[in-house]
Formats: sequence, C-alpha cells, structure tokens
Amino acid sequence: MRSPEAPSLEGLVAEAQRVLAICNACRYCEGYCAVFPALERRLSFSEGDIHYLASLCHNCGSCLYACQYAPPHEFRLDFPRVMAEVRGATYRKYTWPGAFSGLFGRNGLAVGLAIIAALVLAFAFIAAYAGPERFVSAWSDAQGSFHALLPHDVMTGIFGIVFVAAVALLGVGFARFWRDMGEKGGELAAASAAEAAHDAFTLKYLDGGGIGCTYPDARPSYARRRFHHLTFYGFLLCFAATCVATIYYYGFGWKAPYPYLSLPVILGTLGGIGLLIGPPGLLWLKARRDPELADPRQGGMDVAFLVLLFLTGVTGLGLLAWRETAAMGTLLAIHLAMVLALFATMPYGKFVHAVYRFAALARFHLERRRPLDHTAE
Amino acid sequence: MQPFDPSRTWDVLVLGGGNAALCAAITARAAGASVLLVESAPIAFRGGNSRHTRNMRTMHDAPLGPLTDAYPEEEYWQDLVKVTGGLTDERLARMAIRETERHVPWMIAHGVRFQAPLGGTLHLARTNAFFLGGGKALVNAYYAAAQALGVAVSYETEVVDIALDDGRFASATVARAGERHAIRAKAAVVAAGGFESNLAWLREAWGPPADNFIVRGTPYNMGVVLKLLLAKGARAVSDPTQGHCVAIDARSPRYDGGIVTRVDAVSLGIVVNREARRFYDEGEDFWPKRYAIWGRLVAAQPEQIGYSIIDAKSMGRFMPPVFPPVKAASIHELADALGLDAEALERTIAGFNAAVRPGTFDHTKLDDCRTEGLSPPKTHWARRIDTPPYYAYPLRPGITFTYLGVAIDERSRMLMQEGSPAANVYAAGEIMAGNILGKGYLAGIGMAIGTTFGRIAGAEAARHALA
Ligand SMILES: Cc1cc2nc3c(=O)[nH]c(=O)nc-3n(C[C@H](O)[C@H](O)[C@H](O)COP(=O)(O)OP(=O)(O)OC[C@H]3O[C@@H](n4cnc5c(N)ncnc54)[C@H](O)[C@@H]3O)c2cc1C
Ligand code: SF4
Ligand code: SF4
Repeated sequence: MRSPEAPSLEGLVAEAQRVLAICNACRYCEGYCAVFPALERRLSFSEGDIHYLASLCHNCGSCLYACQYAPPHEFRLDFPRVMAEVRGATYRKYTWPGAFSGLFGRNGLAVGLAIIAALVLAFAFIAAYAGPERFVSAWSDAQGSFHALLPHDVMTGIFGIVFVAAVALLGVGFARFWRDMGEKGGELAAASAAEAAHDAFTLKYLDGGGIGCTYPDARPSYARRRFHHLTFYGFLLCFAATCVATIYYYGFGWKAPYPYLSLPVILGTLGGIGLLIGPPGLLWLKARRDPELADPRQGGMDVAFLVLLFLTGVTGLGLLAWRETAAMGTLLAIHLAMVLALFATMPYGKFVHAVYRFAALARFHLERRRPLDHTAE
Repeated sequence: MQPFDPSRTWDVLVLGGGNAALCAAITARAAGASVLLVESAPIAFRGGNSRHTRNMRTMHDAPLGPLTDAYPEEEYWQDLVKVTGGLTDERLARMAIRETERHVPWMIAHGVRFQAPLGGTLHLARTNAFFLGGGKALVNAYYAAAQALGVAVSYETEVVDIALDDGRFASATVARAGERHAIRAKAAVVAAGGFESNLAWLREAWGPPADNFIVRGTPYNMGVVLKLLLAKGARAVSDPTQGHCVAIDARSPRYDGGIVTRVDAVSLGIVVNREARRFYDEGEDFWPKRYAIWGRLVAAQPEQIGYSIIDAKSMGRFMPPVFPPVKAASIHELADALGLDAEALERTIAGFNAAVRPGTFDHTKLDDCRTEGLSPPKTHWARRIDTPPYYAYPLRPGITFTYLGVAIDERSRMLMQEGSPAANVYAAGEIMAGNILGKGYLAGIGMAIGTTFGRIAGAEAARHALA
C-alpha cells in the first residue's frame, strides 16, 4: 500500500511559520518541553529553525490538548501534527544519498523487502558456505557455537562493514542537519553533547513537564517513556553484548558459546527482553493514539522499525534458548538476517530520529548559553 | 446518569462551565451533593473565558509553589485599591485575596499544574501563579477531576430560563438539541460569566462604538443568566459600561482570538488615531500596568481605531504579536499603507521627534526619555521615530469581560434588591466580579475571584442542599 503523497516542503514550512508565530505570541506551553523555550528565542523562523524545532518535539500531545486554538478553532492549531510532518520532511531532506529519500515514503514496504532480502541472503550464504545440510546438523558438533556454520571472521567482516556504512550514512545526515541549523562543525562542544546525551538517555522531556506525557491520549502517563526506555536500552544492551563478545574473541581468544552467566549472554538476554516488551508496548500505545497528533504518512515507518526491533530481540532469545538443538542453524540464519536488515535500514527508517533528535538537543543546550540577540520581553 | 430525567431533583445545579463553575461543582460533589453542571458550549469550546487564561494572582507570605519571594495580603489589597480607585467591597476583596494562598494546593490536588514563568512574563513571577499549558489545560484537569468525582456534565446545554420566586430557586429551563427541559435542584450556583459576548447588549451600553469592539474570549458568555437574575429581582453591582477592555490588533477574529492578539509595542513608539493625531501619553507607565486603559482610549477615538507606530530601533523589543506589522520605508508610505493622511502623519511624527529630549533609554525602568512642550506628552521611553523601516500595528478595543453582575455576601449568596440573600442561589466568577472590580483590573484577579467564590459557592450550595 502506497502512502499518500507527502506535503511539499514549502507548504510545510509556511504552515509551520504560521503556527510558530501564534505560539510565539502565546507561549502558554512553554513549560512542557524544550521546543517552546527554543522558539521563544526567535522572532522569525527559517526553514533550518523549523527542522530544528521539529526534532526537539517528541510528539507527546500536551500542547495540542492545552491549546485554546486547536481545531475546530479557526486558527486550526495542531502543533504536534505540524511538527510530525516537518520531521518526515527532515528525514527525507537530510538523508544521504538523496536518491534514497523516497524510502521514507514507502518505509513499511522498504523494510519488509529488506527483511526478505536479508533472509534470502543469510540462508543462501550459509548454504553456499557451509552446505545446506549443516543447517540441521551443525549443532551436534558445534556445542552451541555458531561458528560451525559461519566462521567468526566472516561474520564480523560482513556485519562490521554494514554497520560502519550505516553509521557513516547517518553521520552524513547529522552533519548536513547540523550545518542547516546554522551551527558550525566545531561547535558541538563536549558540554552540550553531554547534556544532550543526558536528555536522550533519560528521555528527560518525555515527562510532560513533570506529570507524564499526554500519550496515547489526553490523560498524562509515563507509559511511553517506560516502553521507549525498554526499547532503547534493549537495543543498546544487545549491541553491547555483541561488542563484548567481539572483544572476548579478538582480545582474549575466548570462543563462543559463552555460558549463560557470562557477560555477553546476560547483556544479550536483558536486551532481548527489553526488545520483547518495549516495541510491542510502543506499538500498542500507537494503536490507541489520538489520530489528531500523528502524521498518518509515517505510520508505516514507525511500525516497520518497531517490528524489526522486536523480531531481532525475539530471534536472538530464540537462538539462545535453542542453540543446542537441531533448530540452531535455521534460527541463526533468521536472527542474522534480522540484524542485517536492521543495520541496513537504519539510515533509511525511523532510527534516524535518534540522530536528529540528538543533534537538536545538543543545539538546544548550545543555544541556551548564548545571550539573546533581542530583548523580546 | 440521566441529566434531564424530569422526576429527578439534583442537590446542586451549576449554571456555566468555566473555572468558577468547575470549582463549585467539584467542591459541592466532594461534600456529597449530587451535581449537574450545564455548559452552553460544545466540548471543544468548553470552559468559557477561563480557557484563555494563564495565571492567577496569588498572595503568599513566603515562596509558594511557582511563586517567588512574598506577596502579602496588604500589598495585594493596595494594588487592588489603586486600580479600582476604591470601587471595591473590601470584605469580599480581602476574602478573595486571602483564599488564593489556599487555592494552590487545592488546585494541584485536582490536577492543575503550575510552572515557573519563562520568557516574557518574568516580571509576574512574584505575584502570579502560572498554569502549565494555560487555562485550557486547567479547564481540562478540572473537568477530568469533576467527572471522576461523579459530577454529571451536559454540554451544548444553554440555560434559557430560571424559576426564581422571592429569591428561591426551583428549576432552570435548558435548551439542548432543539428541546427544552426543566431541571430541578435544591440549590443553584450561577457561574455563567458576564455578557461580553453579547454584541447587542454591548451596543446598548456603549452605543454605536461597540460595533467596532472585538471580543477577546468565548462567544458563549451572552449574559442570558445574568439578565434573567436581574429581571427576577437580584441586586446589580457595577454598571454595563465597566469591564476589562484592552487595545488589541484590529485584524483579530471577532471572537476567541485570546492572548495572541495583544500588541505590546505601544510604549515603545507612538499611537495615532484616524486623523493621524496622538491622543494619550504612551509612556505613562509600564505597559503591563497600562494596557488595560488603552481599550477605552481607542474606543473613544473616531471609528474606534488607533495605530501603534514604531521604527526599526524598537523592533524585537517586545513580545512578538501574532499579526505581522505593516512595514514601510518612509512615514509617507506607512501612512499610505494604513490609509492615513500622509502629511498629517508626517507632521505628527516631526512634531513628536522635535519634542523628544535626550535621555538614556531603558525599557526596564521608568527612564528619562521624554518629550517637552508636547501635548499629550510622552513621559518615558520617548525616542525619535527616525530609523526606517517603520512599522505599524492597527488597534481596536478588545473586550475581555464585563463587570455588571449580581451582588453577593461573604457566603457567596446572591443578594436580592432589598438586600436579603436569596434562599438557595450562589454566584461565582465573572457574574459577581463587579463586587470586587467596580472598575479597573489587576492581572490574574479574575481567576482568583472565580476560584475563591466558586469554592465557597459550591460548599454553601451543598450544605444548603444536604441540610
Ligand atoms: C484572553 C483572556 C485572557 C485572560 N487571562 C486571564 C489570566 O491570565 N488570569 C486571570 O485571572 N483572568 C484572565 N482572564 C479573565 C478570566 O478569563 C475570567 O475572569 C475568568 O475566567 C472567569 O471565570 P468564569 O468561570 O466566571 O467565566 P467563564 O470561564 O467565562 O465561564 C462561563 C461559562 O458559562 C457558560 N455559559 C454562559 N452562558 C450560559 C448559559 N446561558 N447556559 C449555560 N452555560 C452558559 C459559558 O459557556 C462558560 O463555560 C482572561 C480573559 C481572557 C478573555
Ligand atoms: S500550542 Fe496553542 S496554547 Fe500552546 S503555545 Fe501554541 S498557541 Fe499557545
Ligand atoms: S507535542 Fe509535546 S514535545 Fe511536541 S511541542 Fe508539543 S508539548 Fe512539546
């Protein structure tokens, strides 16, 4: 299913400027999040400002419910919706190479195809490398090691390359975004980066100014922050498990399988559990979401990313549970395919929000220290 | 619950659905009374003018919640005396003032959140407690709290008649979806606002100039309940020409433009009328202390219009208004764009510029930049208007709310003409604000009055009904 056409960037910028001018004259929402203090520093809004503010917004909805100008008022002010639409445009605009920006429009399809391609690739590669019969037989002589199917160097090589490429592509997006916000490269000072990291790791602003976000509906709740924490830390723990295992192997020559109480397995298990609960939780909240707040065109992208994270977690845990059975080979191929699809789609899916949001938060902390160049009272 | 079940008698019927009504409904229900609240607006526009507010002026002897320092009763009272010129009922006013301190924890307990003021309103951090998200967030919180307690709420339900004999309320007739229903109750809280949305009534009071008034808040405060009560023997306070009236951008919508339509440029430049003439000292005092007189000043000008004019030096030194300024490279062009006589405007500005004395401009205090030999003078922040581009904002009178109301006693009981209290009618909010505001206005006192007398009215109505 093809999503409806995204609105034109000029149209979006004009609508955002209209809305921001109203908010800047009103300012009733200034206590909810970082967006309002940041907009209050300005008298007019360039396109770069608008991308910046949109990425400071995490779509909690508080400012829509609090807005005396919300539809059906003739000002039709739906701040979260406008910011969500701008973020869609941000992703398309800053993605690199630009030719791939279309992937954001049909993201559910793109991610689905990536998963299928990764599955085909994983099975074909292993079959070619180790022989198709090894899918079911390797487990008996492998004693839980995956490398009976795929040697360690090959695995590290493939995933290393894909991962580094993804990070580099995301880095290009970050740099372009940073430049358009009007900041110089060197200005991402350690202090503001640390503060941004603090905000990102604690999800500081997902608290609706101290009462919880109005997400998924008008009643303030911390549900979204909790599920996001599970997802985010689940992802990080899984990633950490992989890194520790790599260090074990190359640094100490310790070979997998690691015992259940070893560091990589504990990290991976905890991370897997996070991914088991977090993404479905977020999906569940999303399904109950007030449609006023969202950009319907981005639904596919959000769902695709969450589903992929969930599948990565589930298949990882499954692999751990059945690593000493005949299912190991098949499970390994599936899990590796999920991880591959996740890395490969990272620069072209919902994951990018982390990059732009981090950049926006860093900018926010940078800017906060600067004196105002006007004395708007 | 069946709100219009004809066999039912409610303990307390609350007429209106803004801050005062909600405070009364919550208090009465918490005291054990069965409560029905009828609000004429649909759910999206519920909450009357309270939906547009942002803070409540609050007394406190020590830092309290978001409030810094102290704002003692006496200072609050003196501030009130100053703005009303003494046209206030001291007993009721002091009650409203004293109670505000107790409101903050009560409001928090009912879901209202406060915030420390940030940009633009820091000068109010000591005296006014700001609602996180503004008045609509407050109204939303109160509706949620009221409904959780079991208050029945009926939207799009307009009170069109009241059975009130000899000061005893028996029932109210409401119109909903084209049908009329009589609702009986043992006690009634009237909290249906002033008559500021009623253009015909404003015209009756103000004459033809009212046709150029803009209503800043809700279109639903038609004064129906007020008119009924006055017709049925309630004692009136204040008069129909009194109210809160500010100068706002002439391009604002007729209703409901709210806070964003204000123009804060006045004290930085000059204001002229249709004839391109100045008519009042723009620098008399700090703008927040003066903005409430400019509605009347503009209302007294031909065609009820004024133009706030500044030059490039002043741009960016005030809260950005929602409508872009009219901009021009010369005074002549500016006059053309505004449809003013260009020579007249040039003369006015030349005369003003010539009268400006040298001084040190400082917008944060009453500085020494003033005019000499000019009438009317500009006594502070007078700087020559000589640096293009020039900017103008057209101004019209914007009515916030009216003060004509019903008299009450200190138990919020509505008083009848001969001075005795009605048996079972209690009034709160704008509909009785004239007891305290004979004229003038003190920012944030509307919510103080509504919350104080709303809570008292709710408690008294419940006590009466349950006795
Ligand atoms: C733009 C703006 C900003 C303001 N800012 C502040 C501020 O920051 N601080 C402050 O203290 N004050 C402020 N005020 C003033 C403040 O809004 C009022 O003083 C206060 O809200 C009055 O509360 P209320 O409950 O009496 O009236 P309202 O909140 O107006 O409620 C009246 C209710 O009665 C309903 N109603 C009317 N007629 C009928 C009928 N016939 N039947 C049924 N229901 C009816 C209306 O729909 C409405 O719900 C502001 C006003 C405006 C317009
Ligand atoms: S979202 Fe609405 S209430 Fe909030 S600052 Fe903007 S205009 Fe004001
Ligand atoms: S939706 Fe939430 S995060 Fe976004 S601007 Fe509104 S209050 Fe801030």
